[in-house]
Amino acid sequence: MKRKHKEKLIELIFLLNGILVVLVLIGIFLLLLKNAIPAFKEVSLHHFLTKPIWNPDAYDEATYGLLPMLVSTLMVTLGSLVVAIPLGVGTAAYLSDVASPRVREVAKPVVEILAGIPSVVVGFLGIVLLGPIISKLTGSYNGLNALNGSILLAVMSLPTIISLSEDALASVPRSYEEASLALGANRWETVTRVKIPAAASGILAACMLGMGRAIGETMTVLMATGNAAEFPHSFLGPVKTMTSTIAIELGEVAYYTTHFHMLFAVGLILFIITFIINLCADMIFHRHTRGQA
Amino acid sequence: MRLKVKRIKEIIGFGILHGCMLVVLMILAVIVYDIVSKGSGVISWDFLTQPPVDGMTKGGIFPAILGTFLVTIMTAVLAVPLGMGCAIYLNEYARDDGLTRFIRLSIRNLSGVPSIVFGLFGVALFVDACHFGTSILSAGATLGLMTLPLTITASEEALKTVPRSYREGALALGATKWQAIRYNVLPLAIPGILTGTILGLSRAAGETAPILFTGAAFFLPDVPNSILSQFMALPYHLYIMSTQHHNIALVRPIAYGTALVLIVLVFLMNLVAVIIRYRLRKKGTAHG
Repeated sequence: MKRKHKEKLIELIFLLNGILVVLVLIGIFLLLLKNAIPAFKEVSLHHFLTKPIWNPDAYDEATYGLLPMLVSTLMVTLGSLVVAIPLGVGTAAYLSDVASPRVREVAKPVVEILAGIPSVVVGFLGIVLLGPIISKLTGSYNGLNALNGSILLAVMSLPTIISLSEDALASVPRSYEEASLALGANRWETVTRVKIPAAASGILAACMLGMGRAIGETMTVLMATGNAAEFPHSFLGPVKTMTSTIAIELGEVAYYTTHFHMLFAVGLILFIITFIINLCADMIFHRHTRGQA
Repeated sequence: MRLKVKRIKEIIGFGILHGCMLVVLMILAVIVYDIVSKGSGVISWDFLTQPPVDGMTKGGIFPAILGTFLVTIMTAVLAVPLGMGCAIYLNEYARDDGLTRFIRLSIRNLSGVPSIVFGLFGVALFVDACHFGTSILSAGATLGLMTLPLTITASEEALKTVPRSYREGALALGATKWQAIRYNVLPLAIPGILTGTILGLSRAAGETAPILFTGAAFFLPDVPNSILSQFMALPYHLYIMSTQHHNIALVRPIAYGTALVLIVLVFLMNLVAVIIRYRLRKKGTAHG
């Protein structure tokens, strides 16, 4: 009898441990919400969502407009996807359909190593390596702008896009490929017209997860985009994203001020955006794998 | 004629795909080459063992190395047992029901939460609500929760490789479920769990955003003396040296040196993990 109780207790402990993960996720949401709400005692939600300026230190009246940083975040994210999706999907297609097994053996660790490079190192190279190049090519002051941030974010999201797209391509049944080849299509036509369309939902999910990564990436954009507190105009101008605004200002602000709580509100928006993107990717991905089974 | 056009299209198409791969290789090569070529000149015994001096314009980065080491241990203390526990629940106890699916969904979503949001969470929970202040404990706990999805997934993969017969054999001999897991399953899964955990910790060691406000310090004259002390960390030090220092041009070599030490550290951790995995595989084949 005692043995049975002990077993039950152990199972209960593991169950609680499993539930802990759910609690962490819910806890993040609730704590962000709890710390964001006080901000709206002084600033209206309408102000937060529509004001085109974020200037908490203004002399006359502080403004907390989300729009400039939201647009900045979207700009660098879309910019990064323009680079990362073709490059990532192309690389994945190369690895799954063109490369010899030996090349694949070498290339796989390369992607893993790229994924392991800390974002602060990538950001550092944005300052010392990419910035001067962009500056020389475009004549902008120091090359720290949305273009720089986009390229770095592409580097950061590439490993995700490559490895997940490759998984999606690898999970296309061999019979599709064989049927296509038997019908007289060559390998290029098979890859582009049979395999990629068949793996489309998996590739889409991979790109969405890469996008989620890019939206939430902090150090690279913080270091390489110039961080000007103005409404973004072009890719050659400095931008200040949601992540970098939090990273810069949370260190300077006093606890429990409106500004402090406002930064949590920005964090909450960021959490919600990435949560929705990840959830959608997850749904696409699971419909995809169920379709295969 | 048509066949020829098709063939040319194929050659061009595959050429483009090949080009994509080469660009990705180039990116990694440029990153590694630039850091190694410009950073290796700074590395010396003193650089690794001395604290920064003269307003961080000279001296070494020892406190940052030590801080990263300490906070990574703190991360492991939290992430390893919790990650293993969750994996044991999912792989050994959980039924395929709504709760299990919900836990799995949470794990996948948790891995997509931006690192700066974990930083905010750490500030709200550990620094503020738990009164841990900005400390090794707060930063380690924040990083620990952030690496949970990685350690859980890795641990579960490892548990999955243990054949069912190991559990059934133990149960048939009268062992309880926990005894079967404890004595027959875990010993076989440990190397795999270790590999995944080290990979997760190598990510944590390179993270900056979650420790910005939970414990990392600009400069500390003394080494931390308790888990409630602030600490210097390699990634944060690199950030400071490349953007916040009063004379960025002067300290650029130190920044390169710091970046090199950081990526070498991350690579070494990965290498250890890969070696463990390799030895495990060899052992696996020896068993048949």
